[in-house]
Amino acid sequence: MEIPKSFLGYKRENGRAGTRNHVIILPVDDISNACAEAVANNIKGTIALPHSYGRLQFGADLELHFRTMIGTGKNPNVAAVIVIGIEPKWTKRIVDAIAKTGKPVEGFSIEGVGDIDTIAKVSKKAQEFSMWASEKQRVECPISDLWISVKCGESDTTSGLASNPTVGNLMDKLEPLGVHLCFGETSELTGAETVCAKRGKTPEAQEKFMKTWNEYNDFILKEATDDLSESQPTAGNIAGGLTTIEEKAFGNFQKIGSRQFIDVLEPAEEPTKGKGLYFMDTSSAAAECVTLQAAGGFNIHLFPTGQGNIIGNPIEPVIKLTANPLTAKTMSEHIDVDVSKILSREMNLDQAGDELIKSTIKVANGRLTCAEALGHKEFVMTKLYRSA
Amino acid sequence: MANTDIIIHDEKDNVGVVVIEKITPNQDCNCWIMENDKSSKIQSKSEIPLGHKIAMIDLKEGDTILKYGHDIGRVVKNINKGEHVHVHNVKTKKW
Repeated sequence: MEIPKSFLGYKRENGRAGTRNHVIILPVDDISNACAEAVANNIKGTIALPHSYGRLQFGADLELHFRTMIGTGKNPNVAAVIVIGIEPKWTKRIVDAIAKTGKPVEGFSIEGVGDIDTIAKVSKKAQEFSMWASEKQRVECPISDLWISVKCGESDTTSGLASNPTVGNLMDKLEPLGVHLCFGETSELTGAETVCAKRGKTPEAQEKFMKTWNEYNDFILKEATDDLSESQPTAGNIAGGLTTIEEKAFGNFQKIGSRQFIDVLEPAEEPTKGKGLYFMDTSSAAAECVTLQAAGGFNIHLFPTGQGNIIGNPIEPVIKLTANPLTAKTMSEHIDVDVSKILSREMNLDQAGDELIKSTIKVANGRLTCAEALGHKEFVMTKLYRSA
Repeated sequence: MANTDIIIHDEKDNVGVVVIEKITPNQDCNCWIMENDKSSKIQSKSEIPLGHKIAMIDLKEGDTILKYGHDIGRVVKNINKGEHVHVHNVKTKKW
């Protein structure tokens, strides 16, 4: 198949391109959720991104909070941003960082004003942003404007056999065209960590990966209350035929095909070393992982599933594929791409990879994903430790 | 094209994965090697359910199981070609 060289996206002020055109109402903290949701309810064409944190965090955990907030606002799938916080200082820090992209952004704080007057004031600005964004048109963008993140979930043997290798096939075909790619799931690479580290393009990238994985492993060993070998693989994994943690990890690892990663990113960190594949240190929990990747600037997500994970994200469209014929049938409303014919050899990986590329371009052009049509908007912050 | 009963990821692998509901003892099975799109055959010795592994060669205690072309554990009990490979005869090298 000849791979399309372009897609129809929204060109942003900073040169990036979006696959979506959202106007977001971003609460800085948990207690500003009510205000953000009221504004999104008032003004059509806006979405609120409520979450659970943002108060009394400190150190690396607070830095991650800011990075996630700012990165979400900067994502090219977002046309314009309203930031609402309880107080002006942290609100301004987020607004100023997002403003560097050149997109419209305005901050509001609730203290000394109250919810009702804030909602009225913010709604006026949100209406202006929403109507402004609605005028934006999709234009032809080079395929290299795609920043594709990947993460698998509810995996079974069909994931490692077919749906994850299908994503790997897509990576092998699209990386040479200059796209950005991102995989994560530090915990679920356990068993394949040394092989994964060798995929680092430079000694620095390899060392950084091992440092990241070792820190995670030390944390698990410190917090684990029982032998982890009882949890990985899980009883369900074993029933499905997975024998060891190594086998599970290598199944996961199929998603990067034969690619090498050029750098290791902190959670929610934006890549700065140009096109190619990046590893991001993330949780393996689906919503947390995709939220971090979206905050890193990725504008379209591929999600292979075995048993049928249903996750979506408010700003980054999540395309689901499965190779499990039963899941494709019983959960069809959640599955964008069915590659179960690989198992019956009616389709090979090359063909499956092509199908996935076609679907990715369609979604990049604006076709709703199953998760979008069903209203999945899981925005879940990663928290590193308890607040002060 | 014959139906595929077993899929092998990589040419180097010494196990394959059953992709039909189950295979029964002495069944002649068609195998597909995904890496190079080649085919092979094997006769099973055990009943093996969907998603579970079959030994493609004789394996001795201490041998390494290769799947995806990589080490996924060690053999803890001799396994004959065509037998079921799982937690009863293979353990992780991790813990």
